[in-house]
Amino acid sequence: MSFIPMFFVIPLVSAFLIPILGKIYKPLVWIVSTVASFALFVLALYGITVTQEIPMIVYKMGNWPPPLGIVMAFDSFSALMVLVISIIVFTGSLFSLRYMSRYTGQWKFYTLFMLITAGMMGVSITGDLFNMFVFLEIAAISSYALVAFGVGAEELEASFKYMIMGEIGGLTFLLAIALIYAKTSTLNLADISNSLQVMGHTTFFWMVLGMMLFAFFIKAALVPFHSWLPDAHPAAPAPISSLLSGTFIKVLGIYTTARLVFNIFGLTRANDPLFFNILIGFGLLSISFAGLTALSQKDYKRLLGFSSVSQIGYIMLGFGIGNYEGVAGAIFFILAHALAKGLLFLTSGAVVHAAGTRDLDKLSGLGERMPTTAWSFRFGSLSLIGIPPLVGFFAKFYIILGTIKAGFIWVALIAILLSVLTLGYLLKIENSVFMKKGKTDAKKAPFTMRIAMVFLVVLIVIFGIGFQTIINFVVGPAAHALLRGLEYSHLVFGSFIMNF
Amino acid sequence: MIVFVSCIILFLIGLYAVVTKRNLIKIAIGFALIEYAINLFFALVGFKRGALAPIITRLDTPHNFVDPIPQALVLTAIVIALGTTALMLTIILRIYSHYKTFDIAEIKKLRG
Repeated sequence: MSFIPMFFVIPLVSAFLIPILGKIYKPLVWIVSTVASFALFVLALYGITVTQEIPMIVYKMGNWPPPLGIVMAFDSFSALMVLVISIIVFTGSLFSLRYMSRYTGQWKFYTLFMLITAGMMGVSITGDLFNMFVFLEIAAISSYALVAFGVGAEELEASFKYMIMGEIGGLTFLLAIALIYAKTSTLNLADISNSLQVMGHTTFFWMVLGMMLFAFFIKAALVPFHSWLPDAHPAAPAPISSLLSGTFIKVLGIYTTARLVFNIFGLTRANDPLFFNILIGFGLLSISFAGLTALSQKDYKRLLGFSSVSQIGYIMLGFGIGNYEGVAGAIFFILAHALAKGLLFLTSGAVVHAAGTRDLDKLSGLGERMPTTAWSFRFGSLSLIGIPPLVGFFAKFYIILGTIKAGFIWVALIAILLSVLTLGYLLKIENSVFMKKGKTDAKKAPFTMRIAMVFLVVLIVIFGIGFQTIINFVVGPAAHALLRGLEYSHLVFGSFIMNF
Repeated sequence: MIVFVSCIILFLIGLYAVVTKRNLIKIAIGFALIEYAINLFFALVGFKRGALAPIITRLDTPHNFVDPIPQALVLTAIVIALGTTALMLTIILRIYSHYKTFDIAEIKKLRG
């Protein structure tokens, strides 16, 4: 019995158990979702230890051999994504207990929550192009419904806008799959990679790659395609905002882009410098434009949404650099940003729960009343800005190091200067919400909410202090998995280690 | 060749509807058109003129078979499209009950 399919079997089973158990005894829905996400977390840690020795674990669905059936290909990069997802899902689930108590129909929330988890897990471990599309749509459709969960006028409008953009992306991806199938007669990622290499870099190759990147950039909310994110992420309930900003845009946008560009299309910086320079351009555009827009926001969560767009730019910049330090930095930043932004959105939830508003002009004086929330916010922001002992610093440091090693001194300078923007907009929240004196009748955040936030703070500090271990055992192998490029297909076809 | 081109034309008509129409229901119809275009394209990829259905029979001479995989994929894509269309129409109805209009230009609480 392999453990690979468990990553999406556990959330799928619990998604369909929740409506039934909710009828019997209401609090069971929360228990099922939290236990399932903790099981995923343990499984993800086990996955990390297994991938230390075995570079690629292949699970054949229904025991069909690779080019014929659907395969799950689990390597170090998948292991890292799965770990990130499970951490954010676990804290989100803990946080939901008290936060969701004012909504009706909670079992619907937890069902969708588990479905979105199953979708993201599936995207990170699948080795089949159409299967990737199916999981991507499972995650995307659940996220449209979760954004509209409050069914107020603003939530619905944000959800509709998000749905239009997301579906244009999803359908473009489907058309690209149809074109690839018409040309190569296969859907297995490893097999596609072999066929594309035989074909060479033709017009068709670049056209299909362009269509896919268009789809993924919409999902990742890079700047020309970002307009849905600052509406959709604030409209969702806080644990969902944390999940969407922390992992969703990275799994559906960044992970898929990186996997296809490096492993399937087999592009390298040495052979296609122009393509990688375009990625750097997208990254810098996102960092600067969204960072500047975030400075002028008056809404707690909307500001954080623009900040996510801006930080996604750093990740894309790292992948655009394309050398080991750049890619490792980008992957490290996926981890660091998921922890920090997940935490920041959870603090926004605690603030909304206590004060009932997220307008920065109306909020004040919460620093004394809610010390845990305030300090969690401070740790999260310091990590995001890049202050040394915390995990965000080392991630950004690796990206900048890669940029300098690749000879882009100007890009490195711009990236360092633009991180001042991060400091600027996060100080704005710190000043008006937590530092400013004011009368408020807000109470402390409930116990489970504080546990969720403290858990993330502890991870930020531990991963920061033990960054060398993280680089050696988690991030480094993941970067090597990407940079070994076309060897991916040899590993998938050559892997006969099935007894996991 | 002409059928492939007409698929792309259908796709573009759908995209035109999504981008330019102001009525929410017409936008949903535009998405349906795009989905039809892609499904049709997929089904045509597997089609061969005069080929047999892909069932193993006792034929002595080698024959052409229709590729069955695109049909299975189209079936999956139709189910996903059903889910999205249903959700989209539900959201449109809920928007209508809040704003009393289907006009996208009048639905603008969110700006910026």
